[in-house]
Amino acid sequence: MVYLTRRAEFSASHYYHNPELTPEENRRLFGKCNNPHGHGHNYTLEVTVRGPVDPRSGFVMDLAELKEVLNREVLDAMDHRFLNKEVPEFRERIPTTENLAIAIWERLEPQLKVAELHRVRVYETPDLFVDYYGEP
Amino acid sequence: MKAHLTRRYRFSASHRLHSSAMSEEENRRVYGKCNNPYGHGHNYALEVTVGGQVDPRIGMVCDLVELDEFVGREVLDRFGHENLNCLEAFQRVVPTTENLCAEIYRLLERGFRAAAVEKERLEETMLNSFEYCGEAGLGPG
Repeated sequence: MVYLTRRAEFSASHYYHNPELTPEENRRLFGKCNNPHGHGHNYTLEVTVRGPVDPRSGFVMDLAELKEVLNREVLDAMDHRFLNKEVPEFRERIPTTENLAIAIWERLEPQLKVAELHRVRVYETPDLFVDYYGEP
Repeated sequence: MKAHLTRRYRFSASHRLHSSAMSEEENRRVYGKCNNPYGHGHNYALEVTVGGQVDPRIGMVCDLVELDEFVGREVLDRFGHENLNCLEAFQRVVPTTENLCAEIYRLLERGFRAAAVEKERLEETMLNSFEYCGEAGLGPG
C-alpha cells in the first residue's frame, strides 16, 4: 500500500453564523469571523489517496486524473468564491475548516475509482489545519 | 463526523543538556555543544492536535479560543522566555525536546477538556521535531 498526496491551493471568503442563535450569541461564539460581509483565506488542500502500485504503470493512480478531479470538484467550485453564498453545502452548514474538509471529502470520495481516498487536510492558515479521514 | 484539528504555536526558551547521572566528560561527549554551562536557546514550534465530533452548533471540533487560551496559559506562559533548567519540571529530568514534548503532552491531556488531545508535535529547530501521543505510540494514520 502506497500513499500519494497532491497539494492544491485556493482562495475563498466565508463567515461564521448559526441562524438558530441570537446575533449576540453569534458574535460571542465566532468573534470577528461573524462579520456578515465575509473575510478570506488562502487555503492549502492536501489530498491523500492510497492503493497498491500498479505494476504496469508504477502508479497508485494517474496523477493527471487526480488533478482533474481536484480541479473539477474543488477548485472550480470554491476558488475565488464566497463559500456561504456560492457553495451549496454551506447554505446549511457553517463553512468552518472542519466542515470544509468534510465537504471536500464528500465531493472527492465518489469520484475516485482507482485509488481509495485516505485523508483530506485543509490548511486555513499555516498555523491551523484540519484532517478528515471519512470517520462517521 | 469526526475531524482532527491541529493548531501551531511558537515559543522561545533556553536550556542546557546535562545529566547528573554522567561524569563531566561523558556529559560533554553525549551532549556536545548543548552541554555549554551557560545554556543556549531555541525558537520552538508546537503543534497540538485535538479530535472529536464536529459540533453542528458551531461547526467545530472545539472552540479555538478555548484551545488558544488553554495552550497560552498552560504552555506558552509557562515555558516562553524561560530557562527550562530552572523550572520544577526539569529538576530531575534533562530538558531535552523529548522530555519537554512529554511534559507538554501531560499538561494538555490532564487539563484540556473541550476535546480529546490526540497528538503533539514539537519542533526544536527546522531540522529536528518530536511527536508524542502518550505511551501507545503513533498509529499508521
